[in-house]
Amino acid sequence: MNKIYANAREAIAGIESGMTLMLGGFGLCGIPENSIAALADTDINNLTCISNNAGVDDFGLGLLLQSRQIRKMIASYVGENAEFERQMLSGELEVDLIPQGSLAERCRAGGAGIPAFFTPAGFGTEVAEGKEVREFNGKPHILESALTADFAIVKAWKGDKHGNLIYKGTARNFNPVMAMAGKITIAEVEELVEPGELDPNFVHTPGVFVQRIFQGAKFEKRIEQRTVRERT
Amino acid sequence: MLNRDQIAQRIAQEVQDGWYVNLGIGIPTLVANYVRDDISVEFQSENGILGMGPFPFDGEEDADLINAGKQTITALPGAAIFDSATSFAMIRGRHIQLTVLGAMEVAQNGDIANWKIPGKLVKGMGGAMDLVASADNIIVAMNHTNRKGDSKILEQCTLPLTGVGCVKKVVTNMAVLEVLGDGFRLLERAPGVSVEDIQKATAGRLVVKGDIPEIIL
Repeated sequence: MNKIYANAREAIAGIESGMTLMLGGFGLCGIPENSIAALADTDINNLTCISNNAGVDDFGLGLLLQSRQIRKMIASYVGENAEFERQMLSGELEVDLIPQGSLAERCRAGGAGIPAFFTPAGFGTEVAEGKEVREFNGKPHILESALTADFAIVKAWKGDKHGNLIYKGTARNFNPVMAMAGKITIAEVEELVEPGELDPNFVHTPGVFVQRIFQGAKFEKRIEQRTVRERT
Repeated sequence: MLNRDQIAQRIAQEVQDGWYVNLGIGIPTLVANYVRDDISVEFQSENGILGMGPFPFDGEEDADLINAGKQTITALPGAAIFDSATSFAMIRGRHIQLTVLGAMEVAQNGDIANWKIPGKLVKGMGGAMDLVASADNIIVAMNHTNRKGDSKILEQCTLPLTGVGCVKKVVTNMAVLEVLGDGFRLLERAPGVSVEDIQKATAGRLVVKGDIPEIIL
């Protein structure tokens, strides 16, 4: 089976309006920017997007918000996006905010075949509303369900034709758990390498989780908060 | 009154050798600058790094190396990088000894609110709910009052909660407080701030026993 696709446009074929997508990344770090740009070029809309953040106004998922392609957003932190806030407060965009650790574990569980789990995060808050509460070791926990997606789109540093992936730095973040939870997982990589070039001991995402892979045409890798110190 | 850096400096005195520490956005981030250098402490950032170092030198920023505040950082020798589920396994599994975070409100029963102002501001909880639900040792770093001068140290929180009964200690620009469950015990006061000043700025029940020493930095 060939997993290699020529570019983002071909790799996203089959994504349809109304589908649920997972998109890796934390802030703008490790987001599948080529795939997002390709989606912004289509008429696909009514998407449910699961991603820790929603990009900024003119980059990352912010592009799909500007073009009104997203109907519902499932995220943990959305503070950097004014258009997001506007659409949410006006009711145009449905938003489900969930604790970051629960979001990561819900994706992992979805990929690992665990339908639900109990966590203490969110007990006694709005997040717990309507959820089963059970006590373990004297402490209350809430039941959180697994998340899966029609397509998961992740970004890695290097990958091969088997779909094996290696991430770089904190660009790893949600990508490995989302790669596990897609019915179809698309990986965009900076470098598509020959089998054998990735040391199997250091593969982060085994190829079994990845159905499509392509080398991104270009990576802007925008920095959200450039912070530096003076040389002394 | 303490400034932001001095609040961080006072909190840094609580950090012990061998601890893994998660610092939230804002004043908590500054704590790393004041930890004694004769002890070994590792900073965790929940986006997936242990052994976080200082900001990079100008020109050495790496878009693939950021902290939870999306700021560019460095990794110290011996650092480790991991995915978000593993990161929160460390947090939820109580492998992190101290969490320092900011707040909009803290109540005398240990409740904390810091993620939402209904109808006004909704940024999301990020990792805060996971952190406060599981950490054994939570210190809140914040100003004693808000911009309007209203107390943030309350009998009961009024904003949507981030976590219940979890805060152990609060360090503000005016005081160091221990959360008792039915009140705040005044442990230390900022230089030049009287017990009466603190009493006036505290809406929750303040417990004052004996002489209250000044904060020493």
